[in-house]
Amino acid sequence: MTQVLDRPAELAPGPLSAAERTARRKALLNWVAVHSLGVAAALFFTLPFVFVFLTSLMSDTQALSRDLIPHTWEWGNYRKVFDTPGFLTWWKNTLLYAGLGTVLTVVSSLPVAYALAKFRFRGRNLSLMLVISMMMLPPQVVVIPMYLFWAKQLDLSGTLWPLIVPMAFGDAFSIFLLRQFLMTIPNEYLDAAKVDGCGDLRTLLRVVLPMARPGIAAVALFQFFYAWNDYFGPQIYASENPGAWTLSYGLESFKGMHHTDWNLTMAATVLVMAPVILVFFFAQKAFVEGVTLTGVKG
Amino acid sequence: MSTVTLASKRRRSALRTAAFMSPWLIGFAVFFAYPLISTVYFSFMHYDGFRPPTWSGTKNWTYVFEHYPFFWPAMRNTLWLVVVMVSLRVVFGLGIGMLITKIKTGTGVFRTLFYLPYLAPPVAATMAFAFLLNPGTGPVNSILEKAGIPAPGWFNDPTWSKPALTLLALWGVGDLMVIFMAALLDVPAEQYEAAELDGASAWQRFRFVTLPNISPIVMFAVVTGVIQTMQYYTQPLIAGKVASGVIQGAGTQFEPGYPEKSTLTLPQLVYNLGFQRFDYGSACVVALVLFALSMAFTALLMRRRGGLIQAGD
Repeated sequence: MTQVLDRPAELAPGPLSAAERTARRKALLNWVAVHSLGVAAALFFTLPFVFVFLTSLMSDTQALSRDLIPHTWEWGNYRKVFDTPGFLTWWKNTLLYAGLGTVLTVVSSLPVAYALAKFRFRGRNLSLMLVISMMMLPPQVVVIPMYLFWAKQLDLSGTLWPLIVPMAFGDAFSIFLLRQFLMTIPNEYLDAAKVDGCGDLRTLLRVVLPMARPGIAAVALFQFFYAWNDYFGPQIYASENPGAWTLSYGLESFKGMHHTDWNLTMAATVLVMAPVILVFFFAQKAFVEGVTLTGVKG
Repeated sequence: MSTVTLASKRRRSALRTAAFMSPWLIGFAVFFAYPLISTVYFSFMHYDGFRPPTWSGTKNWTYVFEHYPFFWPAMRNTLWLVVVMVSLRVVFGLGIGMLITKIKTGTGVFRTLFYLPYLAPPVAATMAFAFLLNPGTGPVNSILEKAGIPAPGWFNDPTWSKPALTLLALWGVGDLMVIFMAALLDVPAEQYEAAELDGASAWQRFRFVTLPNISPIVMFAVVTGVIQTMQYYTQPLIAGKVASGVIQGAGTQFEPGYPEKSTLTLPQLVYNLGFQRFDYGSACVVALVLFALSMAFTALLMRRRGGLIQAGD
């Protein structure tokens, strides 16, 4: 009976009634309207990439014109960017900052997030509120004493260590995201592990870690992108030593080195954007999950 | 005997908690509590990084509020960004979120295309927009002029620099799109069906079904948007640097806010005072203003009743 009700069309085969036809026409018009809007929005979001890419392939003289499409496709521009002194060092530094920083963040944040999600102790809510507060604070709030600490007391300015070392002590955003994720793991699994004689550390490593993989992947991605994109950190600590610059920091000096050569500057811009976009394509699911889990951008 | 084991059990569990929490406890003390107290201390000291700090009372505070020429322009810009940029981003993010829930063909492709700009590294994205919008050879003005529309000076014109930054922020609206998309899909379908049976128009369905259901998420987006505005640093700085043409290489001295202080934001002042003028004391005053503003809005986010992030479970 219900099946029949679900499909009234089968009850009354034959030519469509006038009402049905207008309903169909309305649905079709609606489809066209929605998808035209979609295409317009897609143009807004993609054209900047397209223009940047096209300009990156123009010859030096054409880059000074108002042309939109290259006459000759100068793939050599990318070679010139790679040949720029320092460019490969910036890559290396960025990978060190992003790679090592990400590993340290995950290793140090996971146990904290686990305690906040699953242990009962006094001060837990207070700790969580402090974590959220730290997450929301601009880095500029504490930068003066931190700079004096790293530069004057430890003599580490001109390196990326002042940015990497703190990541071994938990990152507020990662703790929060992981905690939200671990909250979704049912306590029965942890109790079962305890019954089997697992200690807390073994439970974390053997039971929680495998189940938390998607959360960890999201945190790792966010942290990687954070380090990749960071401009303020390298500006404070690495600016005096070009040997310690990262891509995000070095990129702006391209405009200086190549004054009006927008083509080379745009080629460098493409090279800074491309890895992030590639990583995203490989890990899209984990990423979107992380965004919806916290509702906060990384 | 049982009380002894209970006590030792309790001690063990406290030790266990401390062990798991220890990375963050150390991090909190060394990288947050200590520097925050230190920032308060330095805000009352005269310190240039070379001679030892000396007590200066409230001099730094009166300097920042009354004589530092960048402070009030930065506050005004922040207000502009909160009112215009944040609200436009929320409205646009909601619009794009609704659009993506309506798109039935090629949803995955559209979603990815809409989301990608959000991922563009800020320095690269700002360089790209500085090129796209540059009045000389930029494609946007070429197209506008061909269409007979007067082309603005964007990052080179003080009245257009913040709108240009807003355009850049709207381009990267992907984070809000994802959040709104999830919220919109959670609205119970029965409510839409009931509204339709009652003959509600599309606007009425949005106003009386969609909006009440997603209002907490809208609030969340507004408040986190305000908090992010307090941290708004890289984009206005790079835009100003590139448009002014003063870049000789990273690390060059640059008077921030080009053109005419129109892109100054509070975090830039901390850098300008601390690392360009070597007035660490006054830099700490601005840092504390930034701290107070961020905390006020974070408190809004965590309010116990109706708070947007629930601290407890």
